[in-house]
Amino acid sequence: MKVNGVAHPAPVDPRRLLSDHLRHDLGLTGTHVGCEHGVCGCCTVLLDGAPVRSCLMLAVQAEGHEVTTIEGLAANGAPLHPVQQAFHECHGLQCGFCTPGFVMSVVGLLGQHPDPTPEQVDEGIAGNLCRCTGYASIRRSVHRAAELSKVPSPLRGEGQG
Amino acid sequence: MTTKWFGARVQRVEDDRLLRGHGRFTDDIDEGALESCIVRSPYAHALIRSIDVSAARGMPGVVAVYTAADLPFGQTDLPILIPHPNLTHGRTQRCLASEVVRYVGEAVAFIVAESRSVAEDAADMVQVDYEPLPVVITPEAAARAEHLVHDDVPGNVAAEMVQEVGAVEASLAASPHRRRHHFRFERAAACPIEGRAVWARWSTSERKLTVYDSTQSPTSIRGGLAVLFGLPESSVEVIAPDVGGGFGPKIMLFYPDELLVPFAAMQLGRPVKWTEDRQEHFTAVNQERGQVHEVEVGFDEEGRLLALDVDFIHDAGAYTPYGIILPIITAAQVPGPYRVPSYRVRFRDVYTNATPTSPYRGAGRPHACFVMERTLDAIAAELGLERAEVRRRNLIQPDQFPYEVGVAWQDGNRVVYDSGDYPTLLEKAIANLGPRPGGDHIGMGVGMYVEGTGVGPYEGAHVQVLVSGKVVAATGIPSQGQAHATVWAQIVADELGVDVADVEVTGGDTRRFPWGVGTFASRGAVTAGNAMAVAAGMVAEKAKHIAADHLEVDPADLELVGGNVQVKGSPDRGMALAALAVLANPVRYAFGGGTEAATQFTARPRPGPPLHEGEQPGLEATGYYSPPGSTWAAGCHAAYVRVDPQTFRLEILKYVVVHDCGRVINPLVVQGQIEGGVAQGIGGAFYERLAYDGEGQLRNASLMEFLMPYATEIPEIEIDHIETPSPLNPLGVKGAGEAGVIPVGAVLASAIEEALGVPITEMPLSPLKLFELVKSPS
Amino acid sequence: MKPPPFEYHAPATVDEACALLASLEDAKVLAGGQSLVPLLNFRLARPAHIVDINRITALDRIYERDGGVAIQALARQAAVEDSEPVARVCPLLTAAVRLVAHRVIRNRGTLCGSLAHADPASELPAVVLVLGGHVIARSSRGERLIEAGQLFQGVMETALAPDELLVEAWFPSSPQPFAVIEESRRHGDFALAGVVRAAGRLALFGVAPTPVLADPRDPLQGLQPSGDLEATAEFRLHLVRVLTEKAFAA
Repeated sequence: MKVNGVAHPAPVDPRRLLSDHLRHDLGLTGTHVGCEHGVCGCCTVLLDGAPVRSCLMLAVQAEGHEVTTIEGLAANGAPLHPVQQAFHECHGLQCGFCTPGFVMSVVGLLGQHPDPTPEQVDEGIAGNLCRCTGYASIRRSVHRAAELSKVPSPLRGEGQG
Repeated sequence: MTTKWFGARVQRVEDDRLLRGHGRFTDDIDEGALESCIVRSPYAHALIRSIDVSAARGMPGVVAVYTAADLPFGQTDLPILIPHPNLTHGRTQRCLASEVVRYVGEAVAFIVAESRSVAEDAADMVQVDYEPLPVVITPEAAARAEHLVHDDVPGNVAAEMVQEVGAVEASLAASPHRRRHHFRFERAAACPIEGRAVWARWSTSERKLTVYDSTQSPTSIRGGLAVLFGLPESSVEVIAPDVGGGFGPKIMLFYPDELLVPFAAMQLGRPVKWTEDRQEHFTAVNQERGQVHEVEVGFDEEGRLLALDVDFIHDAGAYTPYGIILPIITAAQVPGPYRVPSYRVRFRDVYTNATPTSPYRGAGRPHACFVMERTLDAIAAELGLERAEVRRRNLIQPDQFPYEVGVAWQDGNRVVYDSGDYPTLLEKAIANLGPRPGGDHIGMGVGMYVEGTGVGPYEGAHVQVLVSGKVVAATGIPSQGQAHATVWAQIVADELGVDVADVEVTGGDTRRFPWGVGTFASRGAVTAGNAMAVAAGMVAEKAKHIAADHLEVDPADLELVGGNVQVKGSPDRGMALAALAVLANPVRYAFGGGTEAATQFTARPRPGPPLHEGEQPGLEATGYYSPPGSTWAAGCHAAYVRVDPQTFRLEILKYVVVHDCGRVINPLVVQGQIEGGVAQGIGGAFYERLAYDGEGQLRNASLMEFLMPYATEIPEIEIDHIETPSPLNPLGVKGAGEAGVIPVGAVLASAIEEALGVPITEMPLSPLKLFELVKSPS
Repeated sequence: MKPPPFEYHAPATVDEACALLASLEDAKVLAGGQSLVPLLNFRLARPAHIVDINRITALDRIYERDGGVAIQALARQAAVEDSEPVARVCPLLTAAVRLVAHRVIRNRGTLCGSLAHADPASELPAVVLVLGGHVIARSSRGERLIEAGQLFQGVMETALAPDELLVEAWFPSSPQPFAVIEESRRHGDFALAGVVRAAGRLALFGVAPTPVLADPRDPLQGLQPSGDLEATAEFRLHLVRVLTEKAFAA
């Protein structure tokens, strides 16, 4: 499988969850695990560009697919991805634990609806639990991300989902 | 000092690494650690006849299996953290149960293996022979005491306390109006999105124990581990790295894993880690909120309170490791912002066969607020008054501070409100709420609260100017998302006249700052915030003295501006903090970074030894702040809701908050705290509940069934502020962390009651509950 | 919460999958995994074998046939949601699939998997039932068509034999007017009760061991819903009455 553009050998243990494989075998600990039953959304990654729950996939299932994790959105040292930047500007995170999952879901949402209505925003982030923010700042972040995504920036890193 | 940063909407310095996925949470730390799993009791109350771990021990990949018999501290009760004279029958669990289990989820055995999967496989093989005992699950059943949770605790009563201000019997007898109420609050769960986790490594060569713990109190964990393992504190380092939300339960110590993981690491000579899964989180992590109140109130024709008599039962759960702080807080906070001439409160803290309780955001206050606000709504209804009006007539006035309530507070002192302006909170909230929307089944709710914040005993801080001119600061308390690294930097930057971006803060790492208590009780800004100001102020003074020597001026004529110490009003006569950091440390060897300026053959302008008597090297200082008493934040929430009369779906049409936490350090951060608190309150009021059955089994121990709200369930919250600075601390701040959650249940109950015309006397609510209330109002 | 050990199989063709299902004891088919993997993680399901059908090529088509729309086993719910033929031929299905969990779940979850899982509170079984659709099951013994009315046998029980793979579901075009209305605690949760209307036909979900057809004039007839934490039997009956009225008010 390719993770953030880099090829990795196939996972060995078939019962290894993709979330655990990313975190503990590949050291990509930005993908978080909050419930392991698909409700909290912390483990959301892009599978061939679409957000999915990595805790509800076996790692072996990702063989032959492209996985993008939060670490793959902006290269080290490069400016933040517009969704990441928007979360920063709008105080869209507090403890930061749910944040990578939200960011990946929002990348998917804006791919589907580049200019989302408030209802589409709520719908797009329903499926990710946040216990800190009360969602208000996350809603603001999504709208801001939509604005930022429209502004072409030569400084932006590769792999914007 | 300047006030360039204090009060500004400074964007968070924490965000970049968290947004890039470079945060460091406890489970992110690996370093070849063995993984582990805890075997937990499936029974709420049972004798343990035998435990057979032989099959588990023999499994490939299993490194160690521990039961109580394998632990040197296996027969030691865990500590009662906060002893109290009224806690006559305090009981705590042992690290691993070997004789009796008293709640589902109580730890029985600990398995260390090459992976968590294997550890779970082994857990399936552990054979425990239980003999079930009768279960006590509701606080009412505990009080009836038909069965005992602890054989040696008569009546299941851990503690009883009665306090009285004024003469309640006489005042009630003389009251023109009297009402009785029964209120019930169910248990609730904080449910941070990151569960708990512990990672530990023992270095034999250094004789040093290093522990990463998703805790709100690494300094206390360090103190406790040092005592337990007989090590000097200097041999124990505890770090709370990034913590994925706390909300109270992570202040509890010691959870069994907090001892088991370090113990196993020391035994096995390899790092060991344990990461809780969501299923065990629901039973193994402390809960709160279960209380049942009997209330009698006396009032006059104008709706003015004359007497309030409250008798409540607090559900302690199976053990009382956190003492009786929760019912003490409830007892203290029922009167809230209102004048209650005669107040009597009695509580009994009773044992049940459920997970132990300890503070969850709000800690005893949402229930207290519910009791008072529901009572006021009933008075308003009886007298035909507007809900705001009955409150208006009872509020403590701005000229009555300091206001003594007359009951005991959680820090051992009496409750004395330091400052506030409650009428303005109410009037602003009502004004901001605006006119009632048109339509049927719409209700208005209002609720007010005070919150004792910033309890002691103390926190400290270390601030140092590096020779680069950058500043590092550290405190003992960790952040669980409250942006400590940003707000402490704001405080330090103002004291030192530097840019906020030049201040790097560390919290919750005993290697950097070993003293202090923890992050809880909305105390960070008051305690650590002021400690930061104290320490940075000491550094500023030191910088001025060194600069004064060099510039040959009076230190009193100097100021810190733009990274320099300069003669007031004369930017050309000054020295950079970086240079002063060099001069603060007389050195023999120049090692770069400008340090040649502090060597022995460099001309020094002042006589005497390089380090004068009483001076310490380095442009650094350690300072402490110990509050004389709590600071009292306050607020008013008001809402319009609509309840669908057919589906009983709740629609929050408008929700306004007016909040007073004294001087606001960072409005962005405070807004986030309040928005998050209100959302947690809405969850607790209408979506979440802990559904225990009669056998003590939690029937909804998953996020599929424990209904934490998503964005689709949480409305926009409109927030407004007033600032009545606290006279008790130099910064004038009060706590803000818990406030948002406190009155939400009371406000929604009030609004739903009006929308549906049925009395609401309990929390939480749900469509089903409303359906049943409408069908047959109790 | 880690899956128990199992043997993993990833057949490349439907025939291979059927051969595996015919030969293996205690095998579970893994399609989208949005229901099965949580059950594995909770160790509530402990199959000896997992037959992962995701490696099978050309099993994810959505196409029109026989005046309706056919959806193959590996078509994700999100693909159904976005499908032009589905929106044109069977807009009721488009509306219903949007009520399934959340988009991130639908990106992986399959429509056929929902039917085979047969959760009584799930929307899609009620849709195929109210429309009178069918599914096609394949095994090494051959292929058979199972009418929706015969498919759902009990709580998470279907007429599929252990060696059968549900390879395709077929939905007739949805008549006007139609409606799918449910009451759930949170957006995306399973329904406390739900109704699907297709012209004069009505199916209920969340109120019986399987989705059931009901008489719109007397939807409660014969219903004996069970109670749980969020809804008693009485509340469910109440909701069925309310939701049916709403569905037929249009």
